[in-house]
Amino acid sequence: MKSFDLLAPHTIAFDDPPKVTAWHSTVGPMEAEGPLGGCFDKTESDPYFGQSSWECAESTLFKNNIINLLDKECLKSSDIDFMTGGDLLNQCTASGFAARDLAIPHIGLYGACSTMAESLLVGSLLVSGGANRVIASACSHFCSAEKQYRYPLEYGSQRTPHSQWTVTGSGAVLLGTSGSPVITHATCGTVIDLGITDQNHMGAAMAPAFADTIKKHLAALNASPKDYSMIFSGDLGKFGKKIAIDLLKADGIDISQNFEDCGCLIYDPNRQDVHAGGSGCGCSASVLTGYILPAMRKGKMDRVLFIATGALLSPLTTQQGESIPSIAHAIEFRTP
Amino acid sequence: MELTKNQYAAFVKKRSSASPIVLDTARAFAVGGFICVVGQALKNFYLSQGMSDTLSSTAVSVTLIAAAAVLTAFHIFDYIAKFSGAGTLVPITGFANSVVSPAIEFKTEGFVTGLAVKMFIIAGPVIVYGMASAFVAGIIYFIFMR
Repeated sequence: MKSFDLLAPHTIAFDDPPKVTAWHSTVGPMEAEGPLGGCFDKTESDPYFGQSSWECAESTLFKNNIINLLDKECLKSSDIDFMTGGDLLNQCTASGFAARDLAIPHIGLYGACSTMAESLLVGSLLVSGGANRVIASACSHFCSAEKQYRYPLEYGSQRTPHSQWTVTGSGAVLLGTSGSPVITHATCGTVIDLGITDQNHMGAAMAPAFADTIKKHLAALNASPKDYSMIFSGDLGKFGKKIAIDLLKADGIDISQNFEDCGCLIYDPNRQDVHAGGSGCGCSASVLTGYILPAMRKGKMDRVLFIATGALLSPLTTQQGESIPSIAHAIEFRTP
Repeated sequence: MELTKNQYAAFVKKRSSASPIVLDTARAFAVGGFICVVGQALKNFYLSQGMSDTLSSTAVSVTLIAAAAVLTAFHIFDYIAKFSGAGTLVPITGFANSVVSPAIEFKTEGFVTGLAVKMFIIAGPVIVYGMASAFVAGIIYFIFMR
């Protein structure tokens, strides 16, 4: 039995839209001090999350956020059919180690900073295919990301104006057969590479992928940006946001009126030293679960396009002089 | 709109922002200069204590390295370095920080496979190419100037 239609090779329309039953967000101390600090379900003042390494801290963040979601809904691990999710660490150890302790069937995903949208896409397919409860999740941690991708924390260096600050945060969404909002459509992105090699300019690398996905999504639905309450990108940052708006403007698509970037929302650049804004898969995950979904349930927005973008590079590929391939997945939320 | 890689690079450049080079240079000059003044003051002090010229220069290096290592361990050095950039990077303080910071960061992977292996991930190239150029300079000296 068919459970979704393909509007185009890349855009899925769910026959019985998967529903957002609940969500939970956890962030670190710096995110708690940001403009959305009061929105998150849980804020943690200890960046180690009670652990002895940054990698364990990130895994604990991922795990505890899901445990808190289960507690919030009075559910047990055994009540969940599948968990989809990932993180930024090599071999996705943060989510994999968390899944070891949670004992929920786990589909580990890597989409760099697009992971939250990827998790929701796969989770929605599972629900539309018959699963009753699926948790879609993603997380990142500033300290483990710095250690893996950049320099040791105590190394004295200056960041470029385009560099972004990896969010310490996690967001988990419980998808199922009841609740609001619902996921009506999803567009799976294509990997795009327009030759950007500067790993400190992720916004520039990812903006073309964002533009490509939103154009495909709007064309498949025969929709225009003004049909949406809001359009959110994952973590393009200040510069990537401007590039994305201008790229789309050149194609006659104006998103400037109802477009915001999660990386620009989570920190206050005037108070917090984050340069171009937040990044990491925990950025879009925590803003989605801390700000966007609660606002939709309260009726402040009724149709939202959530497009998380990911830069598919590694420190090795950067050292080998490769450019940065990027991807963006779109998830459309609506309140019935 | 289809853009070539070159067209997109130009498109991005128009919408990007350069580092504040004048401010960065001024700060580097001020802090780097201050470190040199401290070094000279230390040298004068060691000389006044009866050390030889060579020994006092070595003692200055050792003191600055120790100070940078301690400031790194107490999470202070990176704030100074963020402010001053090349001002702390170029003097020997930057070298000390580049060795101590990975030692702290990777100690969770063990004293051998973590701390010792990763200690020179930033400073390693300086040592390798510093040694290599010293050999080349030594050979040139040996052939032509001896």
